[in-house]
Amino acid sequence: MDESYNFAFLDEGSKREIRRAIIKAISLPGYQVPFGSRELPIGRGWGTGGLQVTLSIIGPEDTLKVIDQGSDDSVNAISIKKFISLTTGVGITEDSEEATLIQSRHRIPEIPLTDSQVLVLQVPTPEPLRGVERSLGAARQLHADKEYSSAWLMLYEQIMRYGRITLGADYPVLVDGRYVMAPSPIPRYDTLKLHNAECLYLFGAGREKMIYAVPPYTSVEPLDFEDYEFDIEDMGDRTCRLCGATGVYFDEMFDPQTGERHYQCSDTGFCSKNAQRGHTHEPGINSK
Amino acid sequence: MNQALTVNDLTVRYGNGCSYCRDISNPLDKNRCPHCKSVWAVRNISFELYPSEILGIVGESGSGKTTLLRSLYFDIPATSGAAYLSGYSDGLVDIMGVSSQQKRIIRNSLLGMVYQNPTQGLLMDYSSSGNVAQKLIAAGSRNVGSMQDRANELLEHMQIPLGRVKEPPKQFSGGMQQRVQISKAIANNPPVLLLDEVTTGLDLSVQAKVLDLIRSVQKKLNIAIIIVSHDLAVIRMLSDRTIVMLDGGIVEHGLTDQIMEDPQHWFTQTLVHSLI
Repeated sequence: MDESYNFAFLDEGSKREIRRAIIKAISLPGYQVPFGSRELPIGRGWGTGGLQVTLSIIGPEDTLKVIDQGSDDSVNAISIKKFISLTTGVGITEDSEEATLIQSRHRIPEIPLTDSQVLVLQVPTPEPLRGVERSLGAARQLHADKEYSSAWLMLYEQIMRYGRITLGADYPVLVDGRYVMAPSPIPRYDTLKLHNAECLYLFGAGREKMIYAVPPYTSVEPLDFEDYEFDIEDMGDRTCRLCGATGVYFDEMFDPQTGERHYQCSDTGFCSKNAQRGHTHEPGINSK
Repeated sequence: MNQALTVNDLTVRYGNGCSYCRDISNPLDKNRCPHCKSVWAVRNISFELYPSEILGIVGESGSGKTTLLRSLYFDIPATSGAAYLSGYSDGLVDIMGVSSQQKRIIRNSLLGMVYQNPTQGLLMDYSSSGNVAQKLIAAGSRNVGSMQDRANELLEHMQIPLGRVKEPPKQFSGGMQQRVQISKAIANNPPVLLLDEVTTGLDLSVQAKVLDLIRSVQKKLNIAIIIVSHDLAVIRMLSDRTIVMLDGGIVEHGLTDQIMEDPQHWFTQTLVHSLI
């Protein structure tokens, strides 16, 4: 740990202000709480929201895992891990079960998280109505009035055009029967993991200066219609080429030389642990 | 309560007002206070709308017709006054004083609005069916099949070809856009429909078509309509009763035939004579 920095880089006043926003966000599940997004030694859009949340709640006893689209080894994940490790000295792990604090971009780990864990998601666009309401002020009024017809209309329009709902990620959800929330660009496959989860989910948007949360055991329902219900991606009979897992979320790999397509677990930490165990399948929340 | 809508002393003011202009007996410079320069776009207007009636509001540009209509649809906040809608709490609650959430419920279920400019009332990049469905979704419908059926039924009634209901209104002519707006406005069978200069900017044949459709909708659904226009011919053709507005206030009201045949106020006389 580099002693020339304050613990977790941010000054204590900043961390306290962000924690206050987090407490408010937990008190109002799905509600976007504005906060004074700080400058960090990484650019906006590279996970500064999630990073500020992580830096504000991390303690010396925590064990941290950082994943980027499921991968522990991407440049962004490694840079964030190095930065947090340098300024806090906390332990780093790739094991989702071992971590007490997980920062993630675009994925929720395959293993169901427990009530002793916190998952921090980096959010590029926190406003779920952004696509249908240009004015953020008007969007906030729509939230206040619980007027979400435009969010449903967006889905209706997709059914009209394509015969089905085509949203692949960032699927809007109704949290605790009150606020419609953008769950960050996690795939549809991960959306159901938010519902009545044991862990605390925190969402940080640094560029948009918003924090929101899904507390443990909170109802999270994807928006859908009576005759077009929400469904997740069908992984079919695909198996991971590395660990042999089935029924998990896969990355598709294309070999241009042979023209073959392979699949491997998107969650690399889960995949390597699964391979070590010699298991071929570890049931996650969406695995049947 | 027999009236579909009762409006009492509705006022829309831009500016703080002063002791002079707040006294209704004091004259203004047009609709502007000579002392504090506040603009009284609508000043202490009261009227009643009866079920199944078409009420025309006529007046020159800037007389407050559109502001009145838009304040009734909660687009513009009213400065003071009250309005009672028979479909809401049996007409016992002032709809101007309810929460913004309740106002949305009233807008979505009990009122329909057709704007002069279709871009205000329609989502130009969404399909025409989607535009109609928006009103249904806002009122609580969550069944795509039934919403599609309802949208098709309404759009077909408004003479939009079924083959074009998936097209966005931006690809339609002005007359078609107005017809999509009318379909959207009546999607939930509201008891009161507000029409703001619906035929302005349309050529005569399209105007006639839109007016015929409005009349057929009114007969079919038995709804009360307020139609705002500066065109006396439109008012004469459609409305049972007529209100004449000037500088934010009502100068004359009565049966349309009476207004047209025997106007009492000098402004109404000027309007009628200029028509002839």
